[in-house]
Amino acid sequence: MSATTHRYAAAPDLPAILPVPKERGRIAGFIYRHPTIFVGGLLVGLMIFIAIFAPYLGTKDPTALAPARRTREPSELYWFGTDMLGRDVYSRVLYGSRVSLMVGFSVAFCASILGTFIGLIAGFVRQIDAVVMRVMDGLMSIPPILLAIALMALTRASVQNVIIAISIAEFPRVSRLVRGVVLSLREQPYVEAAIASGTKVPVIIWKHILPNTLAPLMVQATFICASAMITEATLSFIGAGTPPIIPSWGNIMAEGRALWQVKPYIVFFPAIFLSITVLAVNLLGDGLRDALDPRLAKRL
Amino acid sequence: MTPDRALLEVNALKKHFPIRGGLLGQVTAKVYAVDGVTFDIRRGETLSLVGESGCGKSTVGKAILRLFKLTDGEVYLDGERIDNMSAHKLRMVRKRVQVVFQDPFSSLNPRMKVRDILAEPLINFGMVHGRKDLTEKVEALMDKVRLPRDAINRFPHEFSGGQRQRIGIARALAPGADLIICDEAVSALDVSVKAQIINLLADLQDELGLALLFISHDLATVEHLTHRVAVMYLGKIVELADRRTLFAESHHPYTRALLSAVPVPDPTAKRQRIILKGDVPSPINPPSGCRFHTRCPFVFDRCRSEEPVLRPVGAGHLSACHLDNVPGGQVLPSAA
Repeated sequence: MSATTHRYAAAPDLPAILPVPKERGRIAGFIYRHPTIFVGGLLVGLMIFIAIFAPYLGTKDPTALAPARRTREPSELYWFGTDMLGRDVYSRVLYGSRVSLMVGFSVAFCASILGTFIGLIAGFVRQIDAVVMRVMDGLMSIPPILLAIALMALTRASVQNVIIAISIAEFPRVSRLVRGVVLSLREQPYVEAAIASGTKVPVIIWKHILPNTLAPLMVQATFICASAMITEATLSFIGAGTPPIIPSWGNIMAEGRALWQVKPYIVFFPAIFLSITVLAVNLLGDGLRDALDPRLAKRL
Repeated sequence: MTPDRALLEVNALKKHFPIRGGLLGQVTAKVYAVDGVTFDIRRGETLSLVGESGCGKSTVGKAILRLFKLTDGEVYLDGERIDNMSAHKLRMVRKRVQVVFQDPFSSLNPRMKVRDILAEPLINFGMVHGRKDLTEKVEALMDKVRLPRDAINRFPHEFSGGQRQRIGIARALAPGADLIICDEAVSALDVSVKAQIINLLADLQDELGLALLFISHDLATVEHLTHRVAVMYLGKIVELADRRTLFAESHHPYTRALLSAVPVPDPTAKRQRIILKGDVPSPINPPSGCRFHTRCPFVFDRCRSEEPVLRPVGAGHLSACHLDNVPGGQVLPSAA
């Protein structure tokens, strides 16, 4: 194709306008496409690792008192220092992750199950929909923390009761979301076709409705998990949550509060762990939302 | 009705949707979606229901499927009344009346494989015995709609619009239905794919003796596959005739306007377009008298006060227009 021998020169080779996509491995490609899921997942995974292996990460007994060594600054011996009773803050923070993660995941799970159940019923049984949703509105009109405090006041302080109280405060949001999704799904032609094919209502809910609510539900569950961790820490901080003998981030901060101007590290370390964990869970939720259904961004 | 009864008889079907408002959700108004529609479909016949969007044609289809309760009227399938049947008995009737929807994307559950989509009606109606039998029956359905057998383990998003519509047709065929309601079944498809699906429906009708209720807004499409046509306007049938009669000698001014809007593939053809003024009135508060009087080019006093009934104007040809009663009135002044 020498242009000189022809009257009409052949078109010159086009420059590569589009850069050739780089070859990426499957994992690298996933990280590139969903950086938030990767970072969030990595941090959540790290926190889970810390919670599970807390006894093997150079920790001491988090409840062992040592008044002689109280309020030590962070050092090689006490990485995060010691509190006013001489307990090792590093050990307490690591063990405290167990409470936060347990409360976060349990509340996300319980609130999702309960909220989905109520949302499905409200969405499908139109007669009770108005009543159920007004009750949900009523529950949602109370700030979750106040509702949890009120519920905790009725019972004994324990991690289990904290989980129940926060779940009750959080599930109306799930039920509202699920009901909305159900209302739009039940008008879908494939649901009408299933009715025309003689499918019974429970099977329609199980096979056609529920699987299609999972994506928004998972996203909502991660946000509830993050919000539950903050509520738990708040409850513990004001003394209405996890009993003081159990080290939780809220408890550690509550105890360090009196000294925070002179010994800020007692509050600082649990606070930074709480922030990172909540951020990680929220990043994961954001990433999942973008990956599963971008339109959800507007709905939540 | 004739002694050998039609497969489906719809008698004075009405469906009004309440509009709720106010604090307590009380009924503040009604949408008169379908307001007294009567027709029948014989075995192996195609009846097309045409009209503008919002005229209630899809509501008629859904009412026959009993996707909601009727406001009034009767529906008979093979002489058996099905509109007030209990849910339990209705399930067995559903086997005989199936549906193909307009949108090939939302009419298939995105999380089910084709095998499971087609298996659903078969299992519901107890038509399979064991896994092997199920696979055989599902594969036979794929053959019927000309799709490859090995596609049964795929998800709907792996198919094109036309292929998905074939899956929808296969699902409708699965229980061995006598009547398939095609609710705008080809409206969402490309022209070439549309032709394929129409041919498939025509082939299946010959093969299986199916009756079709073909709901469409497109007269050009309807002309190719229908035996009879019913034209709807604002919840009522205004004209019903066999295809040839309707396309050649329609009576009702609305039908004529619709026909004049069908594109003709000949740029030099001279034709008189009847352009209707305004929009379709709201079905919440339909006009008095003849519902078409607000847009009819031949409107006179009687149309505003008295509602015309559907009357025979020829063999198997019904029309609801006061002009049909005026001697020589059918020869409409300007449209003729």
